[in-house]
Amino acid sequence: MSAPVLDPVRAVEPEHRPGRAARAQRTTPARFDTALGWSDRPGLAPALRILLCATALAIFAAPFLTIFSGALSTNPSGSSLSFLPHHPTLLNIRVAGERGIWDYFTNSLVIAGGGLLLQLVVSVLAAYALARHRFRGQALVLTLFMLTMMLPEEVIAIPLSLVLGHVPVVGLDLKGTVWAVILPLGAWGFSIMLLTEFMKDIPTEIEEAARIDGVGEFRLLWQVVLPLCKPALGVAGVLGFIMIWDQYLLPLIAAKDPTDYTVTVALSILRTDPEVGSGVVLAGAVIALIPSLIVYLLLQRSLVTGIAAGATKG
Amino acid sequence: MTATVTAPTRRRGFNKKAALPWLFLAPGLLLALVFKFVPMGKGIWLSFFKVRPFLGDKWVGLDNYTRVLGDHRFQDAVGHTLVLGIGISLGAIVLGFLLALLLEGQTRSLKIVRTAVFLPVVTATAVVGELWRLLYYPTGDGLVNNALGFLGIGPVSFLDNPNTALWATMAMGIWIWAPYNMVILLAGLAGVDRSLYEAAAMDGVSLWQRLRHITLPAIRPALGIVLTLAAIRGLRIFTEVYVLTGGGPAGSTEVWMTRAYTLGFTRNDIGGASAASVVLLCVTLLLTVTVNYFRKRGDVR
Repeated sequence: MSAPVLDPVRAVEPEHRPGRAARAQRTTPARFDTALGWSDRPGLAPALRILLCATALAIFAAPFLTIFSGALSTNPSGSSLSFLPHHPTLLNIRVAGERGIWDYFTNSLVIAGGGLLLQLVVSVLAAYALARHRFRGQALVLTLFMLTMMLPEEVIAIPLSLVLGHVPVVGLDLKGTVWAVILPLGAWGFSIMLLTEFMKDIPTEIEEAARIDGVGEFRLLWQVVLPLCKPALGVAGVLGFIMIWDQYLLPLIAAKDPTDYTVTVALSILRTDPEVGSGVVLAGAVIALIPSLIVYLLLQRSLVTGIAAGATKG
Repeated sequence: MTATVTAPTRRRGFNKKAALPWLFLAPGLLLALVFKFVPMGKGIWLSFFKVRPFLGDKWVGLDNYTRVLGDHRFQDAVGHTLVLGIGISLGAIVLGFLLALLLEGQTRSLKIVRTAVFLPVVTATAVVGELWRLLYYPTGDGLVNNALGFLGIGPVSFLDNPNTALWATMAMGIWIWAPYNMVILLAGLAGVDRSLYEAAAMDGVSLWQRLRHITLPAIRPALGIVLTLAAIRGLRIFTEVYVLTGGGPAGSTEVWMTRAYTLGFTRNDIGGASAASVVLLCVTLLLTVTVNYFRKRGDVR
């Protein structure tokens, strides 16, 4: 299994960005720049393209407006559902707050922050060993990390829930703590592979010089290698955040009682609560949506690079 | 574990520190061991037992497997999983390819459209589920029903009707994954040699032939990856179904993993749930290995 499903390799290389496509754009007419040969002169085809773009936006983006408008409407069940709220109000958010949405949100933030930090530290250390050292058993370790990508929480949910209730050897009961969600997210094969491939491409000269000067391994990693890994860290960070924020089954099985839920899981509590309407559920959905929205808009390029990277090598 | 294989200049002082890489690997290996491989092993182990909390586990051999695999609800669930997996994969690839063709380009406005279209991918599945419950609102006021109203189709209660719930779930799955595929395919499209398009134009080649003979062969690797990812994802679909329908109504959207979840956590049939998960794991592994094998063989030009 030397070719992983998600092999994050070349697109993360810094020199990949201004590729052939960008250069070609400057030297050839625009109509040779796309597969369909869209021209930029006015005419029937561009008009059609604008129409199709509008349709795509209506299907993929416009529904998000309904979440916001629903969350800000007094009674969004059905008739008042639209893209703009009729009587804007913050009542729904206040009610959601009374139902503890901010506690769930705090759980989510702690888990996302802790999980991401752990994931990055683990990945950087492992990637450094895999990319910069040669040792026996290396191929085996690589295979093991790749296997973790094929063991998502879904498949091992039932035994994992038993393990979380009684961690082998130490016998701790992690359930009901944030650690029960954070620790299983620590070893993420994708992030380890991504950083390993990136580190392999960093020239070794600086390191050699530093080693000759007697710089220790940890300082070398921290002060020399890590600063050069910033682009890959950005990609690993943003994909890791999206992945952790999207977790559903893990927080569900890691919880002892509903107060341990993350904000995404807690949406189902709001939904089944007979005393609150759908406006409050949508307020909760907005609160769960905003962090991923912020991360996406700020780090969009890293994210797109990372996803495309999964596809550059087979 | 001597470091005789290492190059002498690069790894000075490494001989003393043969354990060093293992020190760096320790956190990752430890976490993977405790939270991935131990549960996996435990799952395989438990699948051969009748799990009884206070009486001790009882060895039952392949009993769990025959019981679960013979259960018609589980068979239905596998059927739904296949329908959903194939439908979502193909739908998302076709739609993602169309989106990529439509939105390929470097202008600022196209980038903004791409950013907006990509939103479903970054949104947590639970939020997407709430959003689609809203879109599928069963009266004429619901957004989808509103649109259908224009076509003269009466309000459909998508999620409450066993005949429509599975298709409604499939539509949501396609909606989530089409933009994801779009990004991968856009990366593939960016790698197509522009001079080929120019040459094709000079030869007076039709748009269809151009797509068929230049674009498609060039993005074949990207398509292969998209398909592999989609197939594996499709088998273990859980959250999408769990948040949208919970497997209902009347089990019409029950899939492999929601069934295993119900067995394990609601019915307390840990052995049966483990057996269901182990079979899923084996199928996933088999599928991955097979696809990777064929892809690698295809790559050897």
